[in-house]
Amino acid sequence: MSIEAREARQPWILLSPSLAVITLLLIVPVLFIVVYSFWLRTSVGDVQPGFFLDNWQDALTDRFFRDILLNTLKIAAITTVVCALMGYPAAYFIARAKGNKALLLLLLMLPFWISYIIRTMSWIYILGTSGALNTAMEWLGIINEPIQMLYNETTVILGLVHFLLPFMVLNVYVSLEGVDTTLEDAAGSLGATKWQSFLQVTLPLSLPGLAAGGLLCFVLGAGTYITPAVLGGPRDAMFANLVFEAIITQLNWPMGAALSLLLLAVLGVLVMVYNHFLGLGQLMKGLG
Amino acid sequence: MSAVTLSNIEKKFGNFTAVHPMSLEIPEGEFVTLLGPSGCGKTTTLRMVAGLLDPTKGEISIKGRRVNDLPIHKRNLGIVFQNYALFPHKSIAENVGFGLRYRNVSKDDAARRVKDALELVQLPHVADRYPSALSGGQQQRIALARAIVIEPDVLLLDEPLSALDANLREDMRVELKRIQHRIGVTSIFVTHDQAEALAMSDQIVVMSDGRVEQVGPPEEVYNAPASEFVANFLGASNILSGQCTARENGTVAIDAPLFGTVPVPAEKAPNIPGPGAAKLVLRAEKLQLVAKNAPSDGLISTEAVVETVDYQGQAVRYFVRVGDTQLQAINMIDTRPFAEGDTVRVQFRPRDCAALPGA
Repeated sequence: MSIEAREARQPWILLSPSLAVITLLLIVPVLFIVVYSFWLRTSVGDVQPGFFLDNWQDALTDRFFRDILLNTLKIAAITTVVCALMGYPAAYFIARAKGNKALLLLLLMLPFWISYIIRTMSWIYILGTSGALNTAMEWLGIINEPIQMLYNETTVILGLVHFLLPFMVLNVYVSLEGVDTTLEDAAGSLGATKWQSFLQVTLPLSLPGLAAGGLLCFVLGAGTYITPAVLGGPRDAMFANLVFEAIITQLNWPMGAALSLLLLAVLGVLVMVYNHFLGLGQLMKGLG
Repeated sequence: MSAVTLSNIEKKFGNFTAVHPMSLEIPEGEFVTLLGPSGCGKTTTLRMVAGLLDPTKGEISIKGRRVNDLPIHKRNLGIVFQNYALFPHKSIAENVGFGLRYRNVSKDDAARRVKDALELVQLPHVADRYPSALSGGQQQRIALARAIVIEPDVLLLDEPLSALDANLREDMRVELKRIQHRIGVTSIFVTHDQAEALAMSDQIVVMSDGRVEQVGPPEEVYNAPASEFVANFLGASNILSGQCTARENGTVAIDAPLFGTVPVPAEKAPNIPGPGAAKLVLRAEKLQLVAKNAPSDGLISTEAVVETVDYQGQAVRYFVRVGDTQLQAINMIDTRPFAEGDTVRVQFRPRDCAALPGA
């Protein structure tokens, strides 16, 4: 075999284990889901194989699903904006810190060592009626009765921000690290104040990281079901909760399959739009 | 009035003194070079003038105005950075016009000035391109255009040529000097390259270990070094410890090993008041190798053995041995160089030597 042919084969040989895993554990199951979505759950409760469009018709026309989908996108959008506003200054601080950046990054990663569910539930001990905040305010005499702070849209967004903020910070940080600080010096020497230098130079050059962080926050936020289940009220269900409900509670696998594919399609379109304008390369940089 | 005055400025980082108290006056329109090896404090000094570092002590004035407390954006300086620091997301025209946004300049006026600046650096056709589309040399010119379009009080150049390859560097050296001369802006240039410093400067400030070793025009710094460091940093020198026996009739007699008494011109030994310990500075370029039996022509000479031959085309660098002493000689040649092991005669003119005090 020629050297060129061998070199051309090498990447595929190295990739084959991961390709096998991805095919078996991701592509095949998704194809199953696709097939399931065209099956039908009969009124007596068993699943009838075939090619029925009933689930898809329900998923695409029922206003209930549409409203929850829109609400899900809204919550994800608000979460993303909050993460961006809170995460950018933090990332800027770490990127420009003179001291131990590795330590600061480690502190940022620290929450990942604790289960996401436990981190989410911890808010109950802070905001619950007998939680830390209510107890403290009662003790201080600010309130007489505990206030119901939990189980609404705000706490869902709070939980999502808590979960997603590190992703935003990391992405913006990577992007800011790539911005040469002498550019700000140059802008300063030309007469721009610190703030003008930031707006004219640093911010535009770090936008790719902000966009990548935004995409991650949005996609992860829109696909979550634990946060609304733990911190949301009955009316704060997000789209993934519908999938959970259909599959686990109602045992209606075909409907759950159609709904989950719908969410996948909506988020897939968003990723494609992002890729068209900004490219996925930046996202990979942030994750790497 | 001087364009820039540094009065006893000092910079400490913790316990480390990067720049010991130094004073310097730079007249309007002069091109001054801070020359020294890395870590000598030249860039720190430049950054203090720029307003990127605060001096620990001392005062900096630009055009008679104290600027210590003036932030960088109010100092009206043009800075050319080593890595050019062009804004990658802005077009060349936007880069060059950046400083004009923060000055009261009308749009038409700004466009005209950007165009003039691009013509001055001989790149009038790149206005709509982005920095990444330009070569290193072109980016360097744009960085210069951006710094001078604002008509700065002082132009600061931080090793602007060091990222370019050798041939381009020499072209840019001439170009930079031409532009500086044409617009007449007071300039402070930082470099570790003695050839750049000698070719471009009106005054050279030689620095070492945070201290100023010598200030003077290029010929003076080159021909009459004030210290051993300067003698070795600008070109290569042989330094021989000896004795000054007399200072009279415009010459200083130095009794040096290997060569006997050498009458050095007094202006090249300004720091030797009279008899005492002294060092003879013999530039490698002034030490000539000739055939063993060649006539000595009234020069001071001695016999030597060639140890190392470093052939460089138009020039050769020899290391020769005279007794226990190794001497360095750099000679222009138009034929074959001497070979290692040859016995030759090394000779020099006394007026090409300089002398330093001390043992």
